[in-house]
Amino acid sequence: MIKNELCTIISQKEIAENIYELTLQGELVQSMNEPGQFVHIKVSNGFDPLLRRPISIANIDQFNNQFTMIYRKEGHGTTLLSEKLAGQTVDVLGPLGNGFPVEAIKSGETALLVGGGIGVPPLYELSQRLVERGVKVIHVLGFQSKAAVFYEEAFARLGDTFVATVDGTHGTKGFVTNVIENNNLDFDVLYTCGPTPMLRALEQGYSHKKVYLSLEERMGCGIGACFACVCHTGDDPTGYTYKKVCSDGPVFKAGEVVI
Amino acid sequence: MNRLQVELPGLNLKNPIMPASGCFGFGREYSQFYDLSTLGAIMIKATTVEPRFGNPTPRVAETSAGMLNAIGLQNPGLDKVINEELTWLEQFDVPIIANVAGSLEEDYVQVAKEISKSPNVHALELNISCPNVKTGGIAFGTIPEIAKGLTKKVKAVSDVPVYVKLSPNVSNIVEMAKAVEAGGADGLTMINTLIGMRIDLKTGVPVLANKTGGLSGPAIKPVAIRMIHEVSQHVSLPIIGMGGVQSAEDVIEFFYAGASAVAVGTANFVDPLICPKIIEELPELLTELGFDHISECTGRSWNKREKLAHSRA
Repeated sequence: MIKNELCTIISQKEIAENIYELTLQGELVQSMNEPGQFVHIKVSNGFDPLLRRPISIANIDQFNNQFTMIYRKEGHGTTLLSEKLAGQTVDVLGPLGNGFPVEAIKSGETALLVGGGIGVPPLYELSQRLVERGVKVIHVLGFQSKAAVFYEEAFARLGDTFVATVDGTHGTKGFVTNVIENNNLDFDVLYTCGPTPMLRALEQGYSHKKVYLSLEERMGCGIGACFACVCHTGDDPTGYTYKKVCSDGPVFKAGEVVI
Repeated sequence: MNRLQVELPGLNLKNPIMPASGCFGFGREYSQFYDLSTLGAIMIKATTVEPRFGNPTPRVAETSAGMLNAIGLQNPGLDKVINEELTWLEQFDVPIIANVAGSLEEDYVQVAKEISKSPNVHALELNISCPNVKTGGIAFGTIPEIAKGLTKKVKAVSDVPVYVKLSPNVSNIVEMAKAVEAGGADGLTMINTLIGMRIDLKTGVPVLANKTGGLSGPAIKPVAIRMIHEVSQHVSLPIIGMGGVQSAEDVIEFFYAGASAVAVGTANFVDPLICPKIIEELPELLTELGFDHISECTGRSWNKREKLAHSRA
């Protein structure tokens, strides 16, 4: 059930260059039941910026009614969000969308979790859920450079973790796809979130495998009403059928939508 | 006494607040948040004869106190709107205003004729002002003679009153209003979005795939107020006002300008509960301002007689 609530900031810190980890507390955490969902956040009380910001959920702690987001300070809205302090409140709408299906993989099987940049955060909650279910997890995380790397150790505690940086300042130089090929990583199900070119490469490269992708798109309402974030479906790529990233996604099975 | 009840052609509204077309889909999403029967009416998403996918993404871009959209009239087409969306909406006690769009005159006529037969459609909103479709739409909304002709044709086939949605992207909006009045319109809805553009700092190209989009939100409210103030003094048609409404105070300002009801658009995206919140706040605001009934506010900015009557009260 989607709720609108003023959540209290428990902590906020910069964990990598321009990357912030924000933990909030609120009743709506009880509705967060799957990894890969997102919340829609109002960062200002006034009209600038006017719209909410969709931000993925990186960690859910239902016992303490807390959840954590990791976001990149990039524009006006996320800059305002990054300036908020513990004890202040944030207007949150959520949880929204459909997350990664953890039931798509059986205990004992291997999941490959591939994240790019600010697409990495939702994989953290996913990885924990999979490990709880007895799934072996392998992480491949791509970043621009060493300064942008976050949560490497946290992921490493859950399973094998490989890092790639575009400039080669940390881990393997290159892209996540290079890491998967170089290490001959084998898996039963691939879960991924990150920039569209990365998702496209993975979808094409592993079309014989079970792949789930989390998409990013500019959103208006976040609940499916405004039709800002639609995409064509795989079986009707130029027709009238569509999926909305916010309410039908953001996670789709590979091939379900055109990316 | 219901201090918010408003009577307009075809519409007996329990309150004058309704979500604006394109900002509420067909209501399904918002029904998760509240009982849609709370609303005065619902202006459903624009309907065309055939289904439309709309424009490529990005379709929205934010601006200071506003947003640009270029959705492109995405909708499932006339048949599905009538047989799936309107029938679903029948469970609520709320009149529907169906937004009618098209590229050619005959498209508008066909949609109007068929959709106006749906039992819960109490009025049409003739969309001659969508800035985001390449053909039709906007030409109907910028040339008075063409707007008048289209209004006449649609009136001739519609089973319910016809409101014409005016575009602010014209040099003389009064002339447009008079033209559609002469064409037989029963009311006006105004304003549609203002055409705008945003260019990305890094890439140097427009943010929207469609390049231009319609500007909505609080940024356009003064334009809407000015245009309603002007038009309401020159035509005798009732006006449903819209453009950046965010609060009960904004609603009263639209009434003062000359509106008889108000639609809430972009604000729904920010706060899904905005319409019921405004409806709840209005009576108290009326009391605070010294009005018994909301209709006393209509045209107060220019109607001296009303003002005097009010000051005596």
